Amino acid sequence: MKASLGLAAVTGAFLAMPGAFEPLLRPFAPPGGPILYDRASLAGLAAAHLLLVAAALLPSALLGVGLAIWVTRPGQGRVLPLARAVVTFGQTLPPVAVLAICVPIFGFGALPALMALFLYGLLPIFESALAGFGSVPVSVRTAADGMGLTPRQRLFRVELPLAAPLILEGLRLSAVISLSTAAIGSTVAARTLGEVIIAGINVMNLAFVLQGGLLTAALALLLHEAFGVLADRARPPGSTAHPGP
Amino acid sequence: MIELDTLRKSYGDEVVVDDVSLTLETGTITAVVGTSGSGKSTLLKLVNRLVEPESGTVRVDGTDTRALPLTELRRSIGYVIQDNGLFPHWSVARNVGAVPRLLGWPQDEIDARVSELLELMRLDPERIGPRYPHELSGGQAQRVGVARALAARPRMMLMDEPFGALDPVIRQEARAELAAIQRRLGATVLLVTHDMGEALSLGDQIAVMEAGRLLQVGTPAEIVLSPAAPQVRALIGEDERGFRHLALLPLAPLVRPNRAHVPTGGAELGEPLAAGASCADALSRMIWTGARMLPVAGQAGEPPGVVAIEDVLAAGRAGGPQTGRSGRPDGVGSGCDGRRNRGTGR
Repeated sequence: MKASLGLAAVTGAFLAMPGAFEPLLRPFAPPGGPILYDRASLAGLAAAHLLLVAAALLPSALLGVGLAIWVTRPGQGRVLPLARAVVTFGQTLPPVAVLAICVPIFGFGALPALMALFLYGLLPIFESALAGFGSVPVSVRTAADGMGLTPRQRLFRVELPLAAPLILEGLRLSAVISLSTAAIGSTVAARTLGEVIIAGINVMNLAFVLQGGLLTAALALLLHEAFGVLADRARPPGSTAHPGP
Repeated sequence: MIELDTLRKSYGDEVVVDDVSLTLETGTITAVVGTSGSGKSTLLKLVNRLVEPESGTVRVDGTDTRALPLTELRRSIGYVIQDNGLFPHWSVARNVGAVPRLLGWPQDEIDARVSELLELMRLDPERIGPRYPHELSGGQAQRVGVARALAARPRMMLMDEPFGALDPVIRQEARAELAAIQRRLGATVLLVTHDMGEALSLGDQIAVMEAGRLLQVGTPAEIVLSPAAPQVRALIGEDERGFRHLALLPLAPLVRPNRAHVPTGGAELGEPLAAGASCADALSRMIWTGARMLPVAGQAGEPPGVVAIEDVLAAGRAGGPQTGRSGRPDGVGSGCDGRRNRGTGR
């Protein structure tokens, strides 16, 4: 926790006044070349990067959790193989391939990246949500039905709260994967921190690669921590602290 | 009154409930006994429609349960299951108040009812109410489960192996508690168990189930004294029949006045037996202490008396193989006519 706060402070300071960090990056820049990426503000790129991840995660979450709810309703178990095939397909398509397919359809920009991240994020969310609903004890579900909760009340008052920690673990996993993967979106002109890394590769400037890469990594770590805190909060009292990675 | 009328349910080729009819009189406990896989749990679920029958009907006070909205039916029936099924993310108080909340009771009424029930279950509302299920012992969790089922004052209770998860000592206590509460509230109870001893000690009516069918329905005495099938015999335990029978017989009719300190076989008389003890309690004490005669506390208003081993044994035999007659624990049958037994015993 303390380490995360430290990391957040350093990351914030770098985004607010990157100039202060110039001396640290100078050794990695080519002699006489620029040390800090200057074609766009790093803070702006980081914000766009996070926004892209959030915009992809939201529909992934709705669809992934929605599918998990659907297949765990009574009598709907036979839909499971189909749902699993769909989300697994999304995961097996390499994001780069999705980008290549989507650019002719949507054109350059954020949309193809959004599509790639949305598909890539489905599987962890779906499988974790499935595990979450599966973790609700049979006796609890029987008791809920037996005491006269409607199916909707059972879902919202009993199953979702009990599945929430695992659902959040899935979101956490997807968010972190998406955040790292989003960088490749810049190959199709989506605004992300990947832009800085690609520029660094193009002009052989290691300082660019480092600031883009390290920022992305720092944001991923912070997101991971934030979701961990949420998942812990959602844990019912008395269960053991998070078993997650 | 609850009537199960020719109920049938099968899964694929397997018939789990086969043409079962059973009538539960209002305010009585009916215990369904059977081995696992006998269909007894399914039978229970047919009543609150957790399982829908293929054919047959369930009527509560004459009304077909299918005529009622599902949730309304279930909210009017208390349901207790083996693993108690408490919601782990809710406090004890919220668990107990769940059905009243569903029924839209005002919060202050719910709070009052929760406190009342926790006290009835000998759980301190102040201390236990705010706890979460994982902080409870097995016995406490089971009592909370019963309290939750009683919360909306149901006239009917379904109990599926309610004491299965408890250790033997607490189980005994929980049974006595349930019997007392049931008498107090006058609920109609349908209880499922694999334990014949439990069924005999709690049930006004026993239904023995095997492979989806009812083998025998009768009073505890009828089941013990004249089992209708070898499977019923096996569930009772052939070697334990005598003791099971004695356990059903109250001691009170055998008690006679303690005139001038009758001889006790040399052993100390010790503490008197409770007035409500059974013949089995007395015999057990006699075996243990070596006494052939024991003091018994006086029933309301009456002076204390003594009971003799001959009378106990005679009572246990009466209605046995020789006569084949039934003896009700309330003394309606033959087994416990104290005066007559006293005569034959000597």
